[in-house]
Amino acid sequence: MLDKSGPAPRGAVRFFRATHLPGVLAAALVALPFLSLTQLALHGDPDLWPHLARFVLPTALVQTTLLLAGVGALTAIAGAGSAWLITTFEFPGRAVLLWLLPLPMAIPTYIAAYIYADLIGSPVHTLAGAILIFSAVLYPYVYLAARAMFQTHFVVFTDAARALGAPPWRLLRDITVPMARPALAVGIVLAMLETLNDIGASEYLGVPTLTLSIFTTWLNRGSLGGAAQIAVALLAVVVGLIAIERYGRRGQVVLPTQDTRTADRIVLSRGSAWLCAAACGLPALLGFVIPAAYLLNQVIRRGLLARFDAELLTHALNTIAISAAATALILLIAVAAVMPTRSGHHPLLRMSLAVASFGYAVPGTVLALGLLSPLVAFDETANWLLRQIGMPHVGLLLAGSTAGLVIAYCVRFLTVGIGFVQSGLMRVPSDMDEMAQMLGARRFALFRSIHLPMMRPALWGAALLIFVDCLKELPATLLLRPLNVETLSTYIYQYATRGNFEEGALAALLIVSAGILPVLRLVHLAETAPRAHRRSAPLTAPAFSASQP
Amino acid sequence: MNLFSRPVGIAVAATLLASASAFAQSEMKGEVNVYTYREPGLVKPLFDAFTKETGIKVNVISASSGLEQRIKTEGANSPADVLLTTDISRLEAAVQNGITAPLNSKVIDEVVPSAFRDPEGHWAAVGMRARVIYASKERVKQTAITYDELADPKWKGKICIRSGQHMYNNALFAAMIAKRGEAKAEEWLRGVKANLAQKPSGGDRETARDIAAGKCDVGIGNTYYWALMNDKEADRKPWADATRVILPTFEGGGTHVNVSGVALIKTAPNKQNATKFIEWMVGPTAQQLHADSTYEYPMRAGVPINKTIASYGELKRDPLPLSQIAANRKKAAELVDKVGFDQ
Repeated sequence: MLDKSGPAPRGAVRFFRATHLPGVLAAALVALPFLSLTQLALHGDPDLWPHLARFVLPTALVQTTLLLAGVGALTAIAGAGSAWLITTFEFPGRAVLLWLLPLPMAIPTYIAAYIYADLIGSPVHTLAGAILIFSAVLYPYVYLAARAMFQTHFVVFTDAARALGAPPWRLLRDITVPMARPALAVGIVLAMLETLNDIGASEYLGVPTLTLSIFTTWLNRGSLGGAAQIAVALLAVVVGLIAIERYGRRGQVVLPTQDTRTADRIVLSRGSAWLCAAACGLPALLGFVIPAAYLLNQVIRRGLLARFDAELLTHALNTIAISAAATALILLIAVAAVMPTRSGHHPLLRMSLAVASFGYAVPGTVLALGLLSPLVAFDETANWLLRQIGMPHVGLLLAGSTAGLVIAYCVRFLTVGIGFVQSGLMRVPSDMDEMAQMLGARRFALFRSIHLPMMRPALWGAALLIFVDCLKELPATLLLRPLNVETLSTYIYQYATRGNFEEGALAALLIVSAGILPVLRLVHLAETAPRAHRRSAPLTAPAFSASQP
Repeated sequence: MNLFSRPVGIAVAATLLASASAFAQSEMKGEVNVYTYREPGLVKPLFDAFTKETGIKVNVISASSGLEQRIKTEGANSPADVLLTTDISRLEAAVQNGITAPLNSKVIDEVVPSAFRDPEGHWAAVGMRARVIYASKERVKQTAITYDELADPKWKGKICIRSGQHMYNNALFAAMIAKRGEAKAEEWLRGVKANLAQKPSGGDRETARDIAAGKCDVGIGNTYYWALMNDKEADRKPWADATRVILPTFEGGGTHVNVSGVALIKTAPNKQNATKFIEWMVGPTAQQLHADSTYEYPMRAGVPINKTIASYGELKRDPLPLSQIAANRKKAAELVDKVGFDQ
């Protein structure tokens, strides 16, 4: 430790401390693939740009913007709307919907696209179709953020307003929406980034997005450099999105946790109650019930259980092991990187955390391509070192290994971990730290007995999102996985590429089931926490962007 | 505390387990490592048969893009022995990335016709497919058709097709450029675009679906998709029933074909096994299996063509060398952009 003088006074600025190391290393890890991408981009062929600018990028930009705007708007309406209704009112089926509403996040977008194309046919092969399908499975990102926010933040205000006779719509307009804006912004940006990352669904539905143009430039126009250039440009779009999210979070109110209570829900008249149930039921129906029922039906009709492929079990265990490993590693890195922001200003750390959140920005395949070179470079260095000390040649260690895959997931999803830890930490009142330190608690004791327990819901929220994202991850997994290793995603994909994805229905259901358990755990935590530990910050609203100290 | 540390413990154990299994795979004997763009389920019967006959274990990694780049980046330490892929463009891309080595195999030279292997020996085809017309049984009476004719306004609003940037279409358009020149090909592609019933999307099966639904009368698809729908996919049988396959030709030429093929990787750690595998792939057993499972035309003379495929009629292959198709692929991609084919 460089810093032996004990806790520095709050507000002191020192550019680098030893405690910054995890954050800086996390940033380096994420920066590596981008650096190798940038290097590729520099070798791009400049003749391509006039062509791209004239014929490809305008359409791609317009389509991407429309798609993002549509998905943003629809996920906001569906996610925030259902979260508000379910928090504010009592209606039939509410208990079931509480569990159902987050579940669509376990359905990969491209699976949803195939299912709806099969059910409805060519009308879904449109921009509107794509917006609907993406929104149906991505709204839970907004829902989860909004629900946690609604549940705990407004009771004081809504109680007062209701006592003064304000009708529900005024509660919504004057209290709920303004106060929920930060959480909504976070959820919407996550949903948009997921959209931006997709390739399978946009290609199948015929929406020529920017992400897709990276692919056609690389594979058809034969220019990996050009593809890397578009990818780098796309990064700018993402930085823009993150800036919007930061703007959306301005003036975020952090309420003292003592006041978190669950409001009594308003009991509605019969007609309104059913309307309410229908409004909440629709997103869950489209995003989860129909796709899951479709998959189940395929499993039964095709007798997939009867000719159960024993290898599928291995694939499932592989997938869960890799995803769990990546989730744990991300949370460890995120906690280690974010904790030092607790006291004082740390410009270097702020910057590092911002860089570490770019992993969500590029499509998985591009990220994987960028990651290959650093992994191989590491392996070659290791081999060189071993040779120097007379040890035998070991070949590739990280590249094409499960460890390489875990690293890729870390780069990709570190953002989520960092965001959740930041927002979790923000809700621990700083007077608690001061009190504990006055009573002589050392930093680690403070972390272990106060910060960690109070952040637990946020950590669980992060674990859920990361784990489910890892389960679903396809493009990077396809390119980086070792010989003979399949994950559930890649297993389904082999049928999907043959246009026969129904044969992978069982594997898709396994992804859904593996995703359901953590979702249920999270819902359980969120629903019971407010009553159980009133003082212990049951907040799970994910803050996504980095660098919010 | 417990609540959080238990999952962490499990996950750490999982990491260790996962990396241990990764190390276990690094040393291989009596094996061959195949990097493939083909779907694992489709080629698994082939690999199993190879292992049964030779005792050589086949390790596989399948992906949909980027394998050449992966092999290239992995460099001298790459475990890759063989690249097994569809489409001439990928075989050529592998050669251009400098990751292949000449096969130098008498067996390949004897079995595979010279039009279906690289003159320098860097790749060889193991199967062939054709890009053909799916036509509505009800609404299309003609039994012969040319690719050129698809630009004729008589088809206005009657053609369905998947994305113009998909490699199957890309190769067809590249062939058109090679045969007619860029200007003529552009005029043709604009004509086809003007005749489309809807924006390009979906896959070749969806093209048949949309013809069956009456959205269009003709579509472009590969030979094996129709056969698969007809023979193996009960759900989609109605789409095959509503359509029939016409083998189209270029005016004054034949039917556009493409290949699936193999290449030997320059840095292959198991070169002997790799060569054995490649030669086995064109042997009678493999060619029969391959023709049956992939519905491709076999390369080896004397191996019967699958019945459904044969029912399309006799294939008259266009004589344009495959290398010319690969050479025009970038131009074709740019042409698709230029005429706004996918918009």
